[in-house]
Amino acid sequence: MEAELVSRLSSDLVWIRPELLLAGFALSATLVGAWLGDRISGLLSGLCALALVVAALFAWQMRPAEPHLVFGGSLSIDGFSSYAKTVIALAAAATMLLGADHFARRNERRFEFPILIALSAVGMFVMVSANDLITLYVGLELQSLAAYVLAAFRRDDARSSEAGLKYFVLGALASGLLLYGASLIYGFTGSVRFDVIAASADEGGLGVIFGLVFLICGLAFKMSAAPFHMWTPDVYEGAPTPVTAFFAAAPKLAAVALLARVLYGPFEELEDQWRQVIMALAAISLLVGAFIALAQTNIKRLMAYSSIHNMGFALMALATGTEKGASAALVYMTIYLPTTIGAFAGILAMRRNGKDVETIEDLSGLASRTPWLAMLLTVIFFSVAGIPPLAGFFGKLVTFQAALDADLWPLAVIAALATVISAAYYLNIIKVMWVNPPAPAFQSSGPTIAMTAGLATLLVFPVLVVGFGWVEQAALLAASSSFP
Amino acid sequence: MSGIPILSLMTFLPAAGALLILAARWSSSGQHPGHDTGVKWIAFIVTLATLALNLVALTQFDASLPGFQLVERVAWGAGLEYHMGVDQMAMALILLTNFLMPLCILASWNIEKQVSAYMMLFLALHTLMQGVFGAMDIVLFYVFFEAGLIPMFILIGVWGGKNRVYAAFKFFLYTLIGSVLMLVALIFMALMAKTTSIPDITAFAQQGGFSKNLQIWLWLAFFASFAVKMPMWPVHTWLPDAHVEAPTAGSVILAGVLLKMGGYGFLRFSLPMFPDASAYFTPLVFVLSVIAIIYASLVAFRQTDIKKLIAYSSVAHMGFVTMGIFAGTEQGVQGAIFQMLSHGIISGALFLIVGVIYDRMHTREIAAYGGLVHRMPVYAAIFLLFTMGNVGLPGTSGFVGEILTMVGTFPVNAWVTAGAATGVILSAVYALTLYRKVAFGKLENPALATITDLNAREWAMFAPLVIGTLVLGFAPMIALDFTKASTQAILAGYDVFGGR
Repeated sequence: MEAELVSRLSSDLVWIRPELLLAGFALSATLVGAWLGDRISGLLSGLCALALVVAALFAWQMRPAEPHLVFGGSLSIDGFSSYAKTVIALAAAATMLLGADHFARRNERRFEFPILIALSAVGMFVMVSANDLITLYVGLELQSLAAYVLAAFRRDDARSSEAGLKYFVLGALASGLLLYGASLIYGFTGSVRFDVIAASADEGGLGVIFGLVFLICGLAFKMSAAPFHMWTPDVYEGAPTPVTAFFAAAPKLAAVALLARVLYGPFEELEDQWRQVIMALAAISLLVGAFIALAQTNIKRLMAYSSIHNMGFALMALATGTEKGASAALVYMTIYLPTTIGAFAGILAMRRNGKDVETIEDLSGLASRTPWLAMLLTVIFFSVAGIPPLAGFFGKLVTFQAALDADLWPLAVIAALATVISAAYYLNIIKVMWVNPPAPAFQSSGPTIAMTAGLATLLVFPVLVVGFGWVEQAALLAASSSFP
Repeated sequence: MSGIPILSLMTFLPAAGALLILAARWSSSGQHPGHDTGVKWIAFIVTLATLALNLVALTQFDASLPGFQLVERVAWGAGLEYHMGVDQMAMALILLTNFLMPLCILASWNIEKQVSAYMMLFLALHTLMQGVFGAMDIVLFYVFFEAGLIPMFILIGVWGGKNRVYAAFKFFLYTLIGSVLMLVALIFMALMAKTTSIPDITAFAQQGGFSKNLQIWLWLAFFASFAVKMPMWPVHTWLPDAHVEAPTAGSVILAGVLLKMGGYGFLRFSLPMFPDASAYFTPLVFVLSVIAIIYASLVAFRQTDIKKLIAYSSVAHMGFVTMGIFAGTEQGVQGAIFQMLSHGIISGALFLIVGVIYDRMHTREIAAYGGLVHRMPVYAAIFLLFTMGNVGLPGTSGFVGEILTMVGTFPVNAWVTAGAATGVILSAVYALTLYRKVAFGKLENPALATITDLNAREWAMFAPLVIGTLVLGFAPMIALDFTKASTQAILAGYDVFGGR
């Protein structure tokens, strides 16, 4: 009996090796860091990046053809989660390296930074694999708690502390909503397991629907979809820039993937109910993200609204309720992440006289001062604006395809028009770089930034464009093997 | 046919040239004194080589066969394909593009600001323009169609005149709003027809795949895009701004090629794919065309800026194109295609003509000139030829396009033809007035006393254009016979006026 339990446990452990690797790294790094202090931070950052890349490889090579449930069904290892984990780990690794480089240049080395990123990544891994409400909550909180600390990471800086506090208080509120929803669902269906909920969701009546709406509100907060986006600009602006870069990338994909899991798994039967909510969220996010960004002068705040706008596209894909929609959301986010990371690499390069500058005007005349950076950023911003032949266009294309396939054409038209409005502010950045009279040059930035921006640009064009079909196939396979 | 993908080769050769310039810039950091001249030569040679490849492609192309030739097809993903091919209409427009590009590079020889970036953008634009006409996949078409905005935005924004930023934004956003609506419609059609191949969707549409009601919506979405690109009244206002602010070569490409994408789109998509909706909306297009012809001509007459005047005359001439296309008769469509080719040459030449004196005097105000014929006789002669072409004098290509579209429209709607014919008179008014003010009269502005006539580079620039407009004017059958097969193929699916 005991032997059987042990053997089952050990066979389950094999399936969570990406999580184990990262958690193991985080715990041992904490010990080493406590002993050796901040001087070890460079080594820990390198190891953390390595661990993340290995975790990505583990996750990618797992991709089972059918969902595999471990630990009594609380985690589901399937194509969808493996795909998401791979991209999350790579994005986290890239932003981690950017951040370590940034802190090192400012002499703010802290060994906690890689540890918190690793813990947050574990949280995201658990989120995207969650197969019951408890695991969902645990994963979400692990990711969020690490994120709260990261937001307040520059502890002597009032803005950073404020960002951390604001994020924490509002995040706790969202968690409360989510928990309340989860408890309603549990009460009306009698289980926290997704598969059991799926079987009885349509008999649960109004209670389950209420619970679902609360759950969606909580998740919408985490992915910063309007109208639950209020925290985003403040936190993006206040948090140290590399932390903002981290927030803007991996956790967004994790939240989208988690929302997909919840909507497509336990609540598949209630599609007609949640679709309206998701459509409304999508439309509001698209428009709020597009219009309010027009008035921003701080580039980090602008990126915040831009991410809200982009979440609208992912939500539009999810609102379809089809396999194609889920895969479109994955493709969209896969393309969105390198674009965002590239943009933030550019923002991190904005330093003068040892200080970070962050208004759009500071980019003035970049094309004549630092042509290579201006060129890379131009490609990246045209890509976010969704102009072909850059990858961003193909992300939008698949979401449009999915939406029109599901007859959501009013939403598609709103998205199309919002794209034009959003193009105006991306164009403005490009204009500032190319046309405005040159401002003093930025301090020369290290090879990390140049390499990250260069790599991101190569991904945006031409790698993801030529390999678009391949990404799309992988995402489709991931979605179809996980949501039968 | 040989296994060489000549169409792709010629489409992407300029892009390869752009990469070469990037590599050169990278390795020498632009420090070498002759760097910029070298870059200009690279660009010039690459565009000439593209033209040469195009002529080779022409030998493999059979003008009498209907349908697409030189087809290349590779799967890409998500149901999309890299699918290229040309029919006669597309081939003619590609040839026009490749004909104008080397001239544009010559016209840009005086650029001194960030030469590498300028030439790279131009070469990228060259690839994209060929791609638009060569794409046989509906999404690939959109990719090329839309991607052209990027280089144009930067070209106008960086190398343009005083008000360039406003013009660049207006150009970009106007075009984008039309295009995204078209994108939604494109995807919708592809999902219904279950293919993204243009000929397959056309076949699907002609078997009644799209109901009339649906056609109307799809037609409007495409119209939103092509009407802006064309540009038709009342969404033409971006054009004068963009033209005035664009560098000379940018104006040439804008007028010569980019405007043709609108007409090409109507012929490739609207007419064959939505025949019922096209017939339904024909009165609308006719009215807008006539307004464009008359209104734009009157506005052109009042302009004080030479480039703006020519820009408005472009709007008027494009009115003939839309009128001819939607007449749906063989003369009308043939005339529209011919008018596009002819306008590409004539308006391109007129913008170059403005560029020549702008390079010398740095002003485009009509009032600053006068009496140029005394100092620049050759220039004045060439200017006169293209002014006559713009007016539509027999013997120039401008005449053939206008008369054919009007003959083609007459049996469909005589009133519209009458309206358009007044436009011909008005075009003589503004074009001759412009010529009189600039070339004739006394040489009053003292700054003009030392102005010099055309140099060798400018000779090389105008000679092909002069030959082009005269050849097409005296022997229009060369072009008309060439495009006949594709016109008949387009009209085969558009028989709404009883095949007149």
